[in-house]
Amino acid sequence: MATAAARLAAKPDAAQLFRWAVSDALVMTRRNLIVWLRVPAYIVFTVVQPVIFVLLFRYVFGGAIQVPGVGGYVNFLMPGIIAQTAAFATFATAIALAQESTKGVIDRFRAMPIARSAVLAGRLIADSVRMLIVIVVIIAVGYAVGFRFQNGVLGAVGMVLLAEAFGIAVCLVSAFVGLAIRDEESVQAFGLIWIFPLTFVSSAFVPVATMPSWLQGFANNQPVTLVINAMRAMALGGPVNPALWESLVWLAGVLIVFTPLAVRSYRRVG
Amino acid sequence: MSPADSELAIEVEQLHKWFGKVHALRGVDFSVPRGTVLGMLGPNGAGKTTAVRVLTTLLRPESGRARIDGYDVVHDAAAVRRCIGLAGQSTAIQIELTGRENLEIMGRLNHMDRPLIKQRSEELLERFDLVDAADRVAKTYSGGMQRRLDLAASIIGEPSVLFLDEPTTGLDPNGRLGMWEILRELVARGATLLLTTQYLDEADELADTIIVVDHGQVIASGTADQLKDRVGGDVLEFSVPDRNLMDAALRAIAGITDASSQVDGETRRVTVSAGGKGSQMLVEAVRRLDAAGVETVGISLRRPSLDDVFLAVTGHAAEIDEDGATSRRRDRRTPAPAKEG
Repeated sequence: MATAAARLAAKPDAAQLFRWAVSDALVMTRRNLIVWLRVPAYIVFTVVQPVIFVLLFRYVFGGAIQVPGVGGYVNFLMPGIIAQTAAFATFATAIALAQESTKGVIDRFRAMPIARSAVLAGRLIADSVRMLIVIVVIIAVGYAVGFRFQNGVLGAVGMVLLAEAFGIAVCLVSAFVGLAIRDEESVQAFGLIWIFPLTFVSSAFVPVATMPSWLQGFANNQPVTLVINAMRAMALGGPVNPALWESLVWLAGVLIVFTPLAVRSYRRVG
Repeated sequence: MSPADSELAIEVEQLHKWFGKVHALRGVDFSVPRGTVLGMLGPNGAGKTTAVRVLTTLLRPESGRARIDGYDVVHDAAAVRRCIGLAGQSTAIQIELTGRENLEIMGRLNHMDRPLIKQRSEELLERFDLVDAADRVAKTYSGGMQRRLDLAASIIGEPSVLFLDEPTTGLDPNGRLGMWEILRELVARGATLLLTTQYLDEADELADTIIVVDHGQVIASGTADQLKDRVGGDVLEFSVPDRNLMDAALRAIAGITDASSQVDGETRRVTVSAGGKGSQMLVEAVRRLDAAGVETVGISLRRPSLDDVFLAVTGHAAEIDEDGATSRRRDRRTPAPAKEG
């Protein structure tokens, strides 16, 4: 046991602790991504489902929906679908964390000398990578069915980045929900309750102006609409603000509120 | 206090833990010298898992003190986590990863460098008989293999104190024997082990010292032999196949000893402490039962098992939920006080 003793003897300094925190998070990230790639059901849930949504809305509902702007409904649709995809991707975040806490996996990690941030950070990084892959796939499918960016490369990249930022914010909320509820089925049910209305009662699929007026008040001012409007402006042209800065304020607010909540529920697991 | 100052790997003083209104640990005291095995024995809900969770920094006690290798589990939790390994009822292995990948991840999380991880992984795969399965995903492993991999993962960082929460629950008899062998080897290499179990034979087999926990308290402690002596010598045992003759049988042996006999209603097995006069009592019992016209099966004298100890110190039988491996005397059980969380 000499090797262990030598490794344990020195009390790590702040720089060492930081390096460990980074490497621990990356180890957890890799672990999570490998698991995602090896479970066919996860791939179907995260990649195939949004592709089906694109096709459904493009060809089934699209003909009935009149939208302003260039390129017809498919151009209107894609930023909305991408934002929705980012939001839906976080179901997996909540479910994975709920499973890991009930199965005692998180306990095992908490009893190890790993950074307290590693489990959550590894989950968020892995899920952001996963989200990015799915978004790229969706854009490719969109291109195949007629979608075209209208505002140059910079606009396209800006749209993807905003979608990612939005996804990460929703991820944090989901992480908190998963760790706080800790029951797979309840987590799914709860996800449906808040993610579905937020994404559908927004400008994602139809112009808000077509909704009844009592619903427009909510739809126009809720963060998902703001994010999608900003994404749409970046992808298709048109005024980006105030939707962009309003979205960023919302996202920052979510991060500020839910980071400590998620961390606290992580500490309380078990 | 540095680890070198302490001869005790685990010191626990007056530990109390509440879950809401449930008093799960009611002043637990014990200590474990380095390089020894402590068996923590008790029924479901006795507080074993809670105690392990406090000692592995997962729960904060309301009062009392616990130190691992001299480090306080509350104030020096980070140092404690560097000394301990935990394996148990839940597994930390990821079944979508291969055995080797699981070990590598645990090695990385223990901040070991790559060559060391590789060397230790090979060693552990070899020792735990997982070489052939090393590159298969753990999903394809048997229960025993998963448990062995989990244990390997929890000791890759060479912890000085290892906590095993019911390491063989759910394993088949072969799996248990294999696990015992591995644990003995770990101890031979100098590790300190705290092992919780509901299996009396397991504690008997592996532990240097046994503590019996019930209702959140340590109610007895000692070596297996010391505990068995508390029962008071040998145990006389027999079954009465004919239910109607049970009373006659009990009357027949009542005259021989002061000790009261225990009867298992289900198997109609009678157990009575024979005190110091074993063989004499056996002869007398056979004679009287015969005279009373009671037919018995398997009348014998044996050394007391920890089963008998449990009954003697708790007043109720050890209780097993799933498979009844330890005791079938369900008729006398008292409800467990608390759900372990």
